[in-house]
Amino acid sequence: MTVEQPPRRMGFFTDTSVCIGCKACEVACKEWNAVPADGLDLLGMSFDNTGQLDANSWRHVAFIEQTLPSSADPDDPHAPGDMRWLMMSDVCKHCTHAACLDVCPTGSLMRTEFDTVIVQADICNGCGYCVSACPYGVIARREGDGRVWKCTLCYDRIGDGLQPACATACPTQSIQYGPLDELRERAQVRLEQLDRPEARLYGHDPDDGVGGQGAFFLLLDEPEVYGLPPAPVASTRDLPQMWKRAGLAALTMAAAVAVSFLGRKP
Amino acid sequence: MNRPAREHGGEDVQVPRAEFRSYYGRPILKAPVWKHDVPAYLFTGGLAAGSALLAAGADLTGRPNTRRAARLAALGALGASTYFLINDLGRPERFHHMLRVAKPTSPMSVGTWLLSAFGGAASLAATTEARHRGWTARAGRAAGLGAAALAPGLATYTAVLVADTAAPSWHAARADLPFAFAGSALASGAAVGLIAAPVREGGPARTLAVAGVALEVAATHRIETGLGLLGEPYRTGKAGRLLRAARALNLAGAAGAVLGRRSRVLSALSGAALLAGSLATRFGVFEAGVASTKDPKYVVEPQRG
Repeated sequence: MTVEQPPRRMGFFTDTSVCIGCKACEVACKEWNAVPADGLDLLGMSFDNTGQLDANSWRHVAFIEQTLPSSADPDDPHAPGDMRWLMMSDVCKHCTHAACLDVCPTGSLMRTEFDTVIVQADICNGCGYCVSACPYGVIARREGDGRVWKCTLCYDRIGDGLQPACATACPTQSIQYGPLDELRERAQVRLEQLDRPEARLYGHDPDDGVGGQGAFFLLLDEPEVYGLPPAPVASTRDLPQMWKRAGLAALTMAAAVAVSFLGRKP
Repeated sequence: MNRPAREHGGEDVQVPRAEFRSYYGRPILKAPVWKHDVPAYLFTGGLAAGSALLAAGADLTGRPNTRRAARLAALGALGASTYFLINDLGRPERFHHMLRVAKPTSPMSVGTWLLSAFGGAASLAATTEARHRGWTARAGRAAGLGAAALAPGLATYTAVLVADTAAPSWHAARADLPFAFAGSALASGAAVGLIAAPVREGGPARTLAVAGVALEVAATHRIETGLGLLGEPYRTGKAGRLLRAARALNLAGAAGAVLGRRSRVLSALSGAALLAGSLATRFGVFEAGVASTKDPKYVVEPQRG
């Protein structure tokens, strides 16, 4: 008899250095997951008319146009600069320490056997606590529906051995899906191979404020340039300290009441 | 745009970054989906807790008018709290899903169970006011003491609720928020005594009003001034106006409570000022946290250290 091993932790490595901004990931995600359209909105932010991750966008391609010092004459501040275009497909980070999951009061948010974080739509009552808890601004409540939604890492595909829809659709392998430990090794190799000073991994470190992201990135500029928090922390990390302060305040209240009534005749 | 400045013929000069960088100035965090129901609940929950404490004290020290008024106020505030909490849900008909689990990592789950237990006790205590004799009075005392035992937790867990979020100015205030909310709850409970009970019973309520205001004003002052950049949302805009109004109302209410020990009218007026002050504190704290999620500088700069 063989003992069934639990599945390995699965995740995404999104290598933004090869993203071409085609948005196939956005489209594939919407199609597979039957995510509703949220209207046409021209944002005037390069080619980005999605804007952000939210209840109706579980992949979001960011476009950043940057002017670099002119390669022809780097000393002349008025020389026309070279243009650089950064593109990055953002997604739920599937944190090791997921604040959204910690604070969910109904048990709707849960961790799967693949160590990903998903919302059970039949349980969620739309309290919105996870929305305020997420340090990346990922999870959001859907207008007119009242429940929260986000990337499931295609829970209904990966259980059958398929890749998530976005990774399947990505034509440049910017979005790579696989066991997280393998992805971390692959990312390290890619970083060395790329050999560019501005390249860095984001969210790969198991010792960071969220215990490492299940979906991590290779970026070509600082995280905030892409709309990512530079050093996010799961707020529940401080929960013991917070309960202690609340307990102290509660005792202060009780003492104040006792003192106010003691030794006084009506 | 990202070009390091260079002086003519000189060495590289790294210009200090004048402004942090962001993605088109868009927020990094989602603003809370909570509407006015949540700050309203912060107030009514505190009022229920403060009233239950006042009622228990009045019951044990023979102040029947204060006891009755405070028990009924606790019941009313409890009803309002329940309404606000359910109304704020995206799926109000699923409110009972909160009762599927008990999760210590979720302050909202802890609060749900606290409020449920408190609600049972406080409702029973208030119900016994319909016939306050013999065994009903004894049952009322037991229930009232039970409610009072849970009340400090009810008044302070809400501080953990908002502090356990990614909203920068709430999370940064985690050490002081419980004291601000504790003071605010005490002051609002004292206000019930000042408004509804005769002046001869009002001694403890006056002391409590002063203690509550002192706690609340000291804690909010620390929050406004001790958090560096993250204190800014508490001092500016709508939150700043609300918290300034709260301080004025609280100080006036406390002064009136002390000076009005022979005046029914002055006592009631100070009670009203304390209630308004507590309400303004809750909305001010709420608005400050919301404001801190809307500007990415409150996320990026503290994280950059």
